[in-house]
Amino acid sequence: MVKLKINGQEQNWDGDPDLPLLWFIRDEIGLTGTKFGCGQALCGSCTVIIDKQAVRACITSVSDAAGREVTTIEGLHPTGDHPVQKAWRQVNVPQCGYCQAGQIMQAAALLADNPKPSHDQIREAMSGNICRCGCYQRIENAVHLASTGV
Amino acid sequence: MNILTNPKKLRGFEKHIKIENVSRRSILKTLGLAGGFVLAAPVMMRPSFAYETGAGKMPHGVVVDPRVFVSIAPDGMVTIIAHRSEMGTGVRTSLPLIVAEELEADWSRVHVQQAHGDEAKFGNQDTDGSRSTRHYLIPMRQIGASARTMLEQAAAKRWGVPAGEVKAANHEVVHSASGRKLGFGELAADAAKESVPSIEGLKLKNPKDFRYLGKGEISIVDLHDITTGAAHYGGDARLPGMKYAVIARPPVTGGKLVSFDGAEAMKVSGVEKVMEVKGWPWPSKFQPLGGVAVIARNTGAAIKGCNALKVTWDDGANAKYDSVAYRTELEEAARKPGLVVRKDGDAEAALKSADKVIIGEYYLPHFAHASMEPPVAVANVKGDKAEVWAPVQSPGGTREDVAKTLGIPEENVTVNVTLLGGGFGRKSKCDFALEAVLLSKELGVPVKVQWTREDDVRHDFLHTVSVERIEAGLDKNGKVIAWRHRSVAPSIASTFAAGTVHQAPFELGMGLIDNPFEIANLQCENPEAAAHTRIGWFRSVSNIPRAFAVQSMVAEIAHATNRDPKDMLLELIGSPRIVNLSSVKDPWNYGEPYDSYPIDTARLRKVVELVADKGGWGRSVPKGHGLGIAVHRSFVSYIATIIEVAVDDKGKLTVPRVDTAIDCGTYVNPERIQSQIEGAAIMGLSLAKYGEVTFKDGKVQQGNFDDYQVIRIDESPAVTNVYIVPPASPDTPPSGVGEPGVPPFAPALINAIFAATGKRLRAMPIGKQLEA
Ligand code: FES
Ligand code: FES
Repeated sequence: MVKLKINGQEQNWDGDPDLPLLWFIRDEIGLTGTKFGCGQALCGSCTVIIDKQAVRACITSVSDAAGREVTTIEGLHPTGDHPVQKAWRQVNVPQCGYCQAGQIMQAAALLADNPKPSHDQIREAMSGNICRCGCYQRIENAVHLASTGV
Repeated sequence: MNILTNPKKLRGFEKHIKIENVSRRSILKTLGLAGGFVLAAPVMMRPSFAYETGAGKMPHGVVVDPRVFVSIAPDGMVTIIAHRSEMGTGVRTSLPLIVAEELEADWSRVHVQQAHGDEAKFGNQDTDGSRSTRHYLIPMRQIGASARTMLEQAAAKRWGVPAGEVKAANHEVVHSASGRKLGFGELAADAAKESVPSIEGLKLKNPKDFRYLGKGEISIVDLHDITTGAAHYGGDARLPGMKYAVIARPPVTGGKLVSFDGAEAMKVSGVEKVMEVKGWPWPSKFQPLGGVAVIARNTGAAIKGCNALKVTWDDGANAKYDSVAYRTELEEAARKPGLVVRKDGDAEAALKSADKVIIGEYYLPHFAHASMEPPVAVANVKGDKAEVWAPVQSPGGTREDVAKTLGIPEENVTVNVTLLGGGFGRKSKCDFALEAVLLSKELGVPVKVQWTREDDVRHDFLHTVSVERIEAGLDKNGKVIAWRHRSVAPSIASTFAAGTVHQAPFELGMGLIDNPFEIANLQCENPEAAAHTRIGWFRSVSNIPRAFAVQSMVAEIAHATNRDPKDMLLELIGSPRIVNLSSVKDPWNYGEPYDSYPIDTARLRKVVELVADKGGWGRSVPKGHGLGIAVHRSFVSYIATIIEVAVDDKGKLTVPRVDTAIDCGTYVNPERIQSQIEGAAIMGLSLAKYGEVTFKDGKVQQGNFDDYQVIRIDESPAVTNVYIVPPASPDTPPSGVGEPGVPPFAPALINAIFAATGKRLRAMPIGKQLEA
């Protein structure tokens, strides 16, 4: 039995301990904000935060998260008003929106670690997150805006 | 009922609307065969407008009825139906916004509701071809104006005053003479009893009074939900008892299952069943490819189980498909005469007598759509009823195909359209939803079918692969007197009809036969090419190879004659005029009437001049940098792009700046146009730099974002500027936005690379070509 905390709630899992956290979150818990894009840590759609670190849930097993605090997009802020979320709306970042939960989680982890990243640092930190719609210019601007106060 | 909606009542618009009871699939079927198939003339219903569109020609045409699209609750909340699919263009916001504008509704009191698939009720729902605004600007205005008129009539009756004395404004109806006011909610019940006014008599708003249209101040309706994870995509539907399925499909298109051993798969924790999925013979249209499904309690277990399957396939007729050999085949075909599809003057003779002939042969490989959300669908089949939740671009077509696949009436099928995590044409084909209904029917429980990224790349309806060969003949003054363009590529029609070797009019009409250049001797040919995999629509379709070839060639001629590429381009476009396509049997023109949507070279010239001005064409750039320009008309819009590239001594390519000018006629939301063009630059760069799917022994060699790369933020252009040409008048027809940004990108980039390095690349992707 694996015990972990997701968005502050205790969760137990007695199935395959190697099950990727992504599918535990989406299919077993029913939090569908975290998305599947590649399954190989190549796209960042599934990004969640574990103990302050942005993590790809598709290659992290449930047992890797045992005893740790997992935050998904649903748990980032109670009313969706994390500075990154606010900046995202102000800049009208999303097109289809599918990658955006992952982008936002990645950006939130970046700003927690480095509150005033340069444009190059933003580009580097966000480079694991693909947006096929191509919202990159706005993502960069929104992270910058979030870092300077929304 | 306090709503305007009453589906049981006659619509009152039937006489204006021609319902074409043919599906796109049946049209396509005939396309592959000789003789062609001509649809009846369109019947559109806007006598008060200066232009016609092809909307009436689409399957099920257009429905203009406020009772279908608008309802008003007693508390005043207005619900507007979005009947097109949202995949990132903003259409789910912009079409209802048009209704709200004319309705005089306050957008903060509007709720948008997604239509399920029902074309008899809503009209055509195929969200493709960059058509939504172009076909629906007027109908949506009429729907809003009808509902507004009904509210005004109801208020006038209540007060006993002539209808002409009352006016709707900002969610209420006002009688200014007496100062009386009634909110929309208070009038809804009475308004529902009013007869729907005739379209001819409708008074539409003066565009100068628009509050929302053309302003770009309204964000998309899903913005908040997208940022909190509450927005629902294809994979987000959850039903009680739902099972999760992942499918192993034949690795070669047209292959078949011989046998399978699911013993190892069944040992995976969480796997519950291994079973066959029915497949259709090649060419399989939108039907499933078949294979072996692993059913599990969650997706992770299903993927793991699928990887443990042992399957024997019969690879079938395409087992030898090899991209290297196929390229040679296409090149050979392009060097010989092919079917003549446009002939102005005598290009043959003019090439012979030319002082100089410049030849360019361009190669563009297959691309996979790789929308961020891989195909996924949930189905619940119970007896002779089916319900589907899926990210489909074709809700009506999906409903038809589900009904046909299950052998049940269409009325028994409900297709719920979720948000699409990108579409780009892939999700116009509903094979993934059909897989889900087949499995749900057999298992008797709701089933979600999830495609992995590898499934998506390996079993896509790929963008075609093509060789474009252009021969330009110049006289001794360097003037182009002859132009022969041979385009050879497997057709989308091959996915529907066996033996297809020529491209369909809708492919030839994308940058080949609609060439706008003022050249007396111009010939277009289409040599034969057979398909060996599923070919489908990819954002902007055949315009990608055509614009690449034509716009590269312009720069090649400029270089050969020592001219400025922009001047050369303007010279070839020639005088401002309407291009005469009388030598073309079927000009297609994106399905639009040529009178309303002609090829207008004045507009083409204008976007070139605008982008040259704003983008600083001719500015001096640092060493190792270069500027390139390209223009292309597609989806009846005009787009020109200038790109600045930098190539370092190791061949590393960066893009400091992109400038794009678009003339898309009358527009609704300039902010979303901007985002589409920004996105098109990223997609264009992805295709140019990395985009390639290759085959060996019939199998796709790529699978995920490591070997099918797309652009990431660290290599995206430093800045993309977008300039929108204001419409000449409020009567300027709206035209496409979603797709047209892609075609000019690659040639502008390649031309810029030439300017920076002197290297002329004629094959995409760039890959390692600059490193040599
Ligand atoms: S799904 Fe996890 S990184 Fe792509
Ligand atoms: S917004 Fe569509 S993938 Fe990023």
